[in-house]
Amino acid sequence: MSSCRTQRIINDSGLRIRDIIDAIEAKLLTPSTHMDRLVMSVCGADLMSDVLAFTKAKTLLLTGLTSIQVVRTAGVVDLAGIVFVRGKRPAAEVIELAKEEDLPLLVTDFPLYEACGKLYCLGLKGCSELDPGGRTGECLTSRT
Amino acid sequence: MPDVKDVGALMSVTYDVAARDFVRAGEAASKLKRLLQQLGLDPAVIRRAAIAAYEAEMNIVIHSYGGQIKVDITPESIEMICEDSGPGIPDIEKALQEGYSTATEEIREMGFGAGMGLPNIQRSADQFRIESTVGEGTCLQVTILHEAGE
Repeated sequence: MSSCRTQRIINDSGLRIRDIIDAIEAKLLTPSTHMDRLVMSVCGADLMSDVLAFTKAKTLLLTGLTSIQVVRTAGVVDLAGIVFVRGKRPAAEVIELAKEEDLPLLVTDFPLYEACGKLYCLGLKGCSELDPGGRTGECLTSRT
Repeated sequence: MPDVKDVGALMSVTYDVAARDFVRAGEAASKLKRLLQQLGLDPAVIRRAAIAAYEAEMNIVIHSYGGQIKVDITPESIEMICEDSGPGIPDIEKALQEGYSTATEEIREMGFGAGMGLPNIQRSADQFRIESTVGEGTCLQVTILHEAGE
């Protein structure tokens, strides 16, 4: 309940992938060099068009989808990485593409809502909190 | 390999997009993004161009019999002509509405087909035109200006 306040450990400087792994008991599916990648915000979505419209650079995507298109989408908008929730593991070719794209992939057993909640408690912001236009997709047109 | 022509200040690239090839879908947009990064363009412009190209590419893969994305990069703009042969769009106004889609369940399971593709392209673009002939195909013209909004 009140754990959100007590667990808050970051300010505006973001978190590293290794902190994400600790927070949601995740496993890294890509090389360990990804451990120090910076995450500035988080988005939970299964619709790729929403990911395109609402995320910012260095956003971590939490999703229940494991298709190769999730990795392609992440590459197009420079996501910080992808977390597959509810223990879903992507196929080998999906992991291969992520390695080619140098994109961290993680898997956690937590469901989407709980994984998002744990990261939110750590102080990681949602995309619309970083850009008010993010609520409506207007951030697509912003030049900042 | 895309066909690249560098004619002075103007660069033209053409990417072929195969219908129903969901493994390679998105490759053209990825390549275009890399090219724009190599040219040192503004990251916000690259982002909008990559999003528009990717949504257009997915539309060609999902809905058409195949097509091409032709990109002209000039000192003023990035202009994309996304042309396919296919069933065409009977009601363009409807297709431009957020949430309207004719995609199948299979497409939705991949995270597409939520009826946001064309609206996302329109949002990313400074100029947007769409023409479609039922039974022949669809052509999108998307322009992204380097200096817009300043």
